[in-house]
Amino acid sequence: MLLDGKVPSGPIKEKWDKHRFELKLVNPANKRKFDIIVVGTGLAGGSAAATLGELGYNVKAFCFQDSPRRAHSIAAQGGINAAKNYPNDGDSIWRLFYDTVKGGDFRAREANVYRLAQISNHIIDHCVAQGIPFARDYGGLLANRSFGGAQVSRTFYARGQTGQQLLLGCYSSLMRQVAAGKVTMYPRREMLDVVIVNGHAKGILVRNLITGQLERHAADAVVLATGGYGNVFFLSTNAMGSNVTAAYRAYLKGAFFANPCFTQIHPTCIPVHGTYQSKLTLMSESLRNDGRVWVPQKADDKRPPQQIPENERDYFLERKYPSFGNLVPRDVASRNAKQQCDAGKGVGSTKLAVYLDFADAIKRDGRAVIERKYGNLFEMYEKITGEDPYTTPMMIYPAVHYTMGGLWVDYNLMSNIPGLFVIGEANFSDHGANRLGASALMQGLADGYFVLPYTIGGYLAGTPKLNPATSSPEFEASERAVQAQVNKLLSIKGQRTVDDFHRQLGLIMWEYCGMSRNNAGLEKAKGLIQNLRAEFWQNVTVPGNEKDFNQSLERAGRVADFLEFAELMIIDALERQESCGGHFNEAYQTPENEALRNDEKYCHVAAWEYKGTGKAPELHKEPLVFENVHLTQRSYK
Amino acid sequence: MSKHINLTLKVWRQKNQKEKGHFETISAPDISTEMSFLEMLDVVNEKLTLAGKEPIAFDHDCREGICGMCGAVVNGRPHGALKGTTLCQLHMRHFNDGDTIAIEPFRAMAFKIIKDLTVDRSAFDKIIQAGGYISVNAGGAQDANALPVPQDKAELAMDAAQCIGCGACVAACPNAAAMLFVSAKVSQFALLPQGRPEAARRAIAMVREMDRQGFGNCTNEAECEAECPKQISITNIARLNREFFKASFGSAVK
Ligand SMILES: Cc1cc2nc3c(=O)[nH]c(=O)nc-3n(C[C@H](O)[C@H](O)[C@H](O)COP(=O)(O)OP(=O)(O)OC[C@H]3O[C@@H](n4cnc5c(N)ncnc54)[C@H](O)[C@@H]3O)c2cc1C
Ligand code: FES
Repeated sequence: MLLDGKVPSGPIKEKWDKHRFELKLVNPANKRKFDIIVVGTGLAGGSAAATLGELGYNVKAFCFQDSPRRAHSIAAQGGINAAKNYPNDGDSIWRLFYDTVKGGDFRAREANVYRLAQISNHIIDHCVAQGIPFARDYGGLLANRSFGGAQVSRTFYARGQTGQQLLLGCYSSLMRQVAAGKVTMYPRREMLDVVIVNGHAKGILVRNLITGQLERHAADAVVLATGGYGNVFFLSTNAMGSNVTAAYRAYLKGAFFANPCFTQIHPTCIPVHGTYQSKLTLMSESLRNDGRVWVPQKADDKRPPQQIPENERDYFLERKYPSFGNLVPRDVASRNAKQQCDAGKGVGSTKLAVYLDFADAIKRDGRAVIERKYGNLFEMYEKITGEDPYTTPMMIYPAVHYTMGGLWVDYNLMSNIPGLFVIGEANFSDHGANRLGASALMQGLADGYFVLPYTIGGYLAGTPKLNPATSSPEFEASERAVQAQVNKLLSIKGQRTVDDFHRQLGLIMWEYCGMSRNNAGLEKAKGLIQNLRAEFWQNVTVPGNEKDFNQSLERAGRVADFLEFAELMIIDALERQESCGGHFNEAYQTPENEALRNDEKYCHVAAWEYKGTGKAPELHKEPLVFENVHLTQRSYK
Repeated sequence: MSKHINLTLKVWRQKNQKEKGHFETISAPDISTEMSFLEMLDVVNEKLTLAGKEPIAFDHDCREGICGMCGAVVNGRPHGALKGTTLCQLHMRHFNDGDTIAIEPFRAMAFKIIKDLTVDRSAFDKIIQAGGYISVNAGGAQDANALPVPQDKAELAMDAAQCIGCGACVAACPNAAAMLFVSAKVSQFALLPQGRPEAARRAIAMVREMDRQGFGNCTNEAECEAECPKQISITNIARLNREFFKASFGSAVK
């Protein structure tokens, strides 16, 4: 089946205006008659819930943390893009649109990306009005920086804590709506199912994480804003609780999952240091502006870095990419570091790291200059590793960072299930096969503040009203299924912990479905995942009981979903016999080791439909048409 | 370089809010000094689980010192002894072989214990609901650069805005006051022109809500500043007091 993205007709610049005019409106007096569920209160869900409350809808918002202020969005460091062109350096809506389509390696929907670029400016206006203390110049106007290799300065930031400040802004708007009685907040709840009535999403089932009680919630529409699934790799830069559960369970209920194999691996993270490691910490990409990446020329060289003379070092990025050097794009830098380590040249106690050396920069510019630029990062590095990067080279290694894939949505951000909307990192829509720096925050807030509040009105106004009772058979069935899974998990009482399984799954995914992939490895991984999943359901141990605050049980449910979802990623990666953006199949590369697309066969979104346990999912394609940015090969020569 | 150390933990165990808690002694042998404190607890929990016991419940999420979800009192200090560091960023190299470490939840009237080290900090959300926002709806804003903000004011606002809402200030305070938390939010908005129109109402409403939630009174002990992992300054409390008195005496909002 070919999927219809419902992109409005007309010139790209007019599509959103025209569409907003054509969308049916809900009469202001009627808005209070509609209940909307928003699952997830990160940047996407928090902004959506607050805005829907402001408009007059009754909103019920859910998150698994103790407060919406803790969502994973809080950890974003670098900044948020907007096409304001305040620096007068040639930026425009069109350029932001163009860069995003190209950066995504031509696997995103043009109309969505254009709308994102258009809206970017309103986001900054709103955030400033909310009291977000963005960085400013001496004159008191907003400061911008260039980020992630962009040729213009369009990134707005609040020190290294942009995500924190944007999320706290969104949280304060949300708290204002809670006080106004328009939003009811349900923290420490985990969504475990979507309830579908007459083909429409009309409710959810959640577990109260403190009491263990299963709760039913009904509404006129359901919005998922549950973030990305990078933790399928166990180790990632994501927060510990980030998961695929909400999205995956929607998939089990019929929502299509799009491009699940598109994941982004960030080259500069603090390396793994032991088997007990629980997460990886990002070190800002900006470090590659001054740091030089190298490994010893000889494999298994145990000397400390200072004792390795210049002529026995391999500055491999500078050697292989003389013009871009250490500044090659994220995916190229990541893959090269892996190659060196695979060849036995990795450094540090685990041999899974490369050096990022500031000695030359310090010699050239002086310590003070380097300190001003990177002081806080060096301090964070020292806190974690106990080593001083001013005197000894940093060690870095790539880590999973972001997932471009997600639930399939049309131009209205509605999934193929009517009434089920998906926003933020949880959907697939705007970043194609690779996301540019500082654009996830932009997308989450665009979706939540400025897109969904309109499009959901169109759905509500155009759909006959149905008030499902939570006692309906659909809710009954949903609760029974969830309860059965909980019981099952607690009853196995095997020999291995949940984390133990999760860690092993992560290793499989990292090895075979990580930075570079090949068909044989993917096939192998499929079998390994199936075996691991079978063992999980026989040999996992989940302590404690169900009617209690039980963190092991929470994790068990998430890992059970990751174990199934991982296979879908593999299936998707095998289906896409090309390389594009973050998906690199070794069989398809240019002579410069760049991803080689196959536009004839794969210029589409791959959206997967669940067909039942043990059955292969069915592929649906949404063809991608590029009328405004023409298909070209990315090149970094 | 990594070393391995043997530790004895004295951990607060409490099944739920109603039952009484107690310290349990748990040995933590062979802990790598490269682990974070929470990773050390993970290792202990894995062992407890395999031994058929219940793992220690503790809150955490980002493990990067920014979400504010983690926190426990370690040897009498919220987030442990290392300055400007959350528990998730505290590493085991700051401990010695043979150490005994006491670990208990953040304690305060307004923070009820949920289980073991996990506490309920929803009182903080209630305080924000009372006025920790600027009343602006999405869609109504003017151009972001229409209103310049002096750089030094913006920087001071950012210093205050860095609060992660972890509750260490409350746990550190002999009176379990929440003044540092409240003052950080009040200051951030009071310093910015966008926040001025509601400054008086905000200060009064947030302070009243803080009292209603059962937090104690500030008697200038300054323990909060010393323990704050984000090193939020108590000059913010002075600013809150000024805003509060100005509002109480000088404004129509009562
Ligand atoms: C270290 C790091 C740095 C980054 N830096 C940048 C940057 O500088 N610029 C940029 O643009 N992007 C950056 N990103 C990416 C960006 O932060 C995220 O993509 C974005 O914040 C995701 O927002 P979200 O609202 O979609 O999801 P999240 O913030 O992940 O929120 C998910 C929400 O869903 C809830 N939830 C999840 N599952 C369930 C469930 N089953 N039941 C109930 N609730 C659930 C959670 O409680 C949470 O409230 C960074 C990412 C990382 C990891
Ligand atoms: S876990 Fe987020 S601050 Fe410690």
